[in-house]
Amino acid sequence: MRWLYGGAAMLLGLVLWQGLVWVTGVPKFILPSPLQVAEASFNSRALIAEHAIVTITEVVIGLLIGAILGGLTAIQLASSQTLQRLLLPILVFTQAVPVFALAPILTLWFGYGMTSKIVMAVLIIYFPVTSAFHDGLRSTDKGMVDLARTMGATDRQIMRRIRIPSALPSLATGLRLAAVYAPIGAVIGEWVGSSKGLGYLMLLASGRVKIDLMFASLITLAIITVTLHIAVGALADRLARYSEGRAA
Amino acid sequence: MTQAPAITLRGSHVIDERALFDNITLTLPAAEWTCLLGPSGVGKSTILRLILGLDTAGTFTGSIEASDGAPLKDRISYMAQSDLLMPWLTVLENTVIGARLRDEEPDMDRAQALLARVGLSEHQTKKPAALSGGMRQRAALARTLMEDRPIVLLDEPFSALDAGTRADMQELAAEVLWGKTVMLVTHDPGEAARMAHQIVLLTPSEAKQWPVPPTPPIRAVDASEALSAQSELLAHMRGFRA
Repeated sequence: MRWLYGGAAMLLGLVLWQGLVWVTGVPKFILPSPLQVAEASFNSRALIAEHAIVTITEVVIGLLIGAILGGLTAIQLASSQTLQRLLLPILVFTQAVPVFALAPILTLWFGYGMTSKIVMAVLIIYFPVTSAFHDGLRSTDKGMVDLARTMGATDRQIMRRIRIPSALPSLATGLRLAAVYAPIGAVIGEWVGSSKGLGYLMLLASGRVKIDLMFASLITLAIITVTLHIAVGALADRLARYSEGRAA
Repeated sequence: MTQAPAITLRGSHVIDERALFDNITLTLPAAEWTCLLGPSGVGKSTILRLILGLDTAGTFTGSIEASDGAPLKDRISYMAQSDLLMPWLTVLENTVIGARLRDEEPDMDRAQALLARVGLSEHQTKKPAALSGGMRQRAALARTLMEDRPIVLLDEPFSALDAGTRADMQELAAEVLWGKTVMLVTHDPGEAARMAHQIVLLTPSEAKQWPVPPTPPIRAVDASEALSAQSELLAHMRGFRA
């Protein structure tokens, strides 16, 4: 049923888009029709696929590294009051710097290749994952922790057996956000300096007034983001269901 | 399991320069049930946490000693009002959580035998979310028994259950915790009148012994001596609020 509604919404969007093009008579170099974009997508499928693979790689690697680093940081912060008091304000302060503004510096440091885009994606998702998981680790049921202490468990054992499993729904929330943010990071990195990827292809197409190709790249990027969101959402659901003891 | 010792707590507890209780002496006789009653905020749960060695909000000055002179650490198990079952584990896995937490190999045969004893054999592969409140408390009781410790502290473990299930759980707990030194913190005079070898009323200045019915616990729910003790206790406790 969800898929049916999703399909219907997409169809409605396409109809509205086509209607707008017909009613306004806007030229195709401003707003191409869905049909023209579909045609451009088909004709340039090899080119789009080549660049899409680069963006997907950057996003997936960035997501994996960002989620692992964020998860480990959250565990370290929750394990030590001193570390929490020392690092948390720094982490919050770094969020005051727009990650987008860092893109030129990252390109300078890590070059025009994939690395700078992966670092960008990692930076953009690191804080949401850390913050969400850390909140979850801090709000473990105190009764469970007390019980574990009476059973002779150490802080480390309590972290591994109780606090981490009970904080998985919070980690899931962080991962859902990360799945949406990671492509933004990668594409901004591609805009600032790159010779590959969908962000680069969009800029290239725009410069050559191939607006239909630009839209085709944009839609491909949207499809990648939605697919990633669905895949990570399914994983996040599993984590949350496991932690809450609901059937998977 | 080693022989259950008696426990004696002597001392005062201060929170924000205000004495929660002052210079009291509370003795839990060996291998018997002590029911601790008192108005809310008088420090019943604080006493329980002190004996368990858990953090409290204030400062305790005094001593907590076992009659055999050995340390209390690792000799007490605990059961709370909330079942504290880990939602992501099955009933069987929850029963052996103590060993798992300590990175020891759990004795699964013994865990299954304990689950059979509390009537949960058929539910051992279920998650807590699939169990009723009474079944969850039985699983918590099996987990408490699995620790096989001579002293058991219970913090209102049956208060959230319906009346029938509560009576069943009281009988089951009395049976399976036989021979252990038990302290039951409760607000229910009826529960104390049924379960206790010793009833202690806690006030800020003393831990006062209250006469228990002459028959041994556990007493029948309709036993006249338990009902009479219950009504006297209730009348006295209502006086706390006057």
